[in-house]
Amino acid sequence: MPTIDLATTSLRELNGMLHRLQRDTNETHWRVLNPRGQHAIAVGLDAPVLVEIEGHVGYYCAGMNKDAMVIINGNAGPGVAENMMSGQVHVKGDASQSAGATGQGGLLVIDGNAAARCGISMKGIDIVVKGSVGHLSAFMAQAGNLVVLGDAGEALGDSIYEAHLYVAGSVKSLGADCIEKPLADQHRAELSRLLAAGGVNGGVDISGFRRYGSARRLYHFHIDNIGSY
Amino acid sequence: MCGIVGLFLKHASLERELGTLLAGMLGTFCDRGPDSAGFAVYGDETPASMKLTLRAPAHYDFKQLVKQLENASGPLPHVIRDTHMVITVALAREQALRRRLCDLAPEITIVGAGRRMEIFKEVGRPDVVARRFGLPGMAGTHAIGHTRMATESAVTTDGAHPFTTGADQCLVHNGSLSNHNAVRRELRRHGLTFQTENDSEVAAGYMTWKMREGLSLDQALQASLTALDGFYTFVVGTQSGFGVLRDPIACKPAVMAETEKWVAFGTEYRALVDLPAISAARVWEPEPATVYFRERH
Repeated sequence: MPTIDLATTSLRELNGMLHRLQRDTNETHWRVLNPRGQHAIAVGLDAPVLVEIEGHVGYYCAGMNKDAMVIINGNAGPGVAENMMSGQVHVKGDASQSAGATGQGGLLVIDGNAAARCGISMKGIDIVVKGSVGHLSAFMAQAGNLVVLGDAGEALGDSIYEAHLYVAGSVKSLGADCIEKPLADQHRAELSRLLAAGGVNGGVDISGFRRYGSARRLYHFHIDNIGSY
Repeated sequence: MCGIVGLFLKHASLERELGTLLAGMLGTFCDRGPDSAGFAVYGDETPASMKLTLRAPAHYDFKQLVKQLENASGPLPHVIRDTHMVITVALAREQALRRRLCDLAPEITIVGAGRRMEIFKEVGRPDVVARRFGLPGMAGTHAIGHTRMATESAVTTDGAHPFTTGADQCLVHNGSLSNHNAVRRELRRHGLTFQTENDSEVAAGYMTWKMREGLSLDQALQASLTALDGFYTFVVGTQSGFGVLRDPIACKPAVMAETEKWVAFGTEYRALVDLPAISAARVWEPEPATVYFRERH
């Protein structure tokens, strides 16, 4: 297992090594030591490898991730897993603002809290936050799912399109065009799948969640396009 | 951009290292603010005395100035650090000294005054500025600092932070205020004076005014949430501690950390990585529109 110490290896060297990995590489498990809050650690990965980072990271960690699994044993700065395509990013601590921003796919799991704007403009990513999320989370969220086991801050889902939001705790306020919707069987099934994917096994009552989504008054939704969402 | 840092020591064991630790924190943010840097250190106090921090143009003859001042008022303990000098003066003689400074040396600016606070700020890279003033050798209970990437006004020493808000009080600001001209006009009507066109000086002036009206610093920070429009994270220093406030939409990043021995603030976690026992620290992001205050009693 390659272990890269960022106290002695530069960030560019690390990211270069990870970018050069072929999809069938045998070096499938990497450890990164001493991240010391540096920005853009393990961004742009596109091979199915596991990268474990031991400590707190700065901006944009695991951004644009494709197929890789990145585990952060610490807190993440702004924009963790931003624009993720696929794969999984797991933050064991808290995440700063804009976690999972514009994410197209894959799964982002945050064990602690996420700050403001979690899932802003998400486009297909699934995000499971075991703590609470800050204000303006899921702002203009287009597709994908945001699951929050704690509370949500002000203006949840402002100007939302077709993303699904599930919150177990309180919601300080809903943003423009975001409304509560019934938790039907297909939503319970979806939520159950997301919680299992996020490693939340048992102890969580699915009936305790409330679902939020778009009232579809603010954007030009047409029922004929429903299959596209 | 810009970077701000603050370090508050909970007990005495690290006080000799305060300057070294703060210099490390400031140096990290050379990339966030390469234009100018400044810091306020809360160190020893002399009973019944004030410390005045004076700033002069480059290559100024402070020794000659001290000689002239001492001729009129007797011995004045002082420390010269590059373009700044800290004079300790008996409380009873402070006003007379300020008047005499005004007459004798109009080119001198008093950048800060207090029982314990000393302020230093200059144009240049933060690590260089810290070295020029000998920050690593300074001791104290707490300190705040700022590295500036100029946006709203020119790169000048006058535009460098911290800005003083009264005796032993100062403010550093990360962000930009959008209504600073209107607030400045209003504050001028209340008799405040401003040395620059800088938006952050207006924030400092606003706190000064509110506290003059009888509010505590805590309350003044709360009041600023409605009066000041724009992006900001403020860190304010007082004689006994420091406070943090982020704007309601949390435009600017902020991280705090705490151990048994210290509480620290940084625009990013990077600034905190060399603090003692950081790996065991509790690290969190301060909530928007929430005043955090740490004081030593």
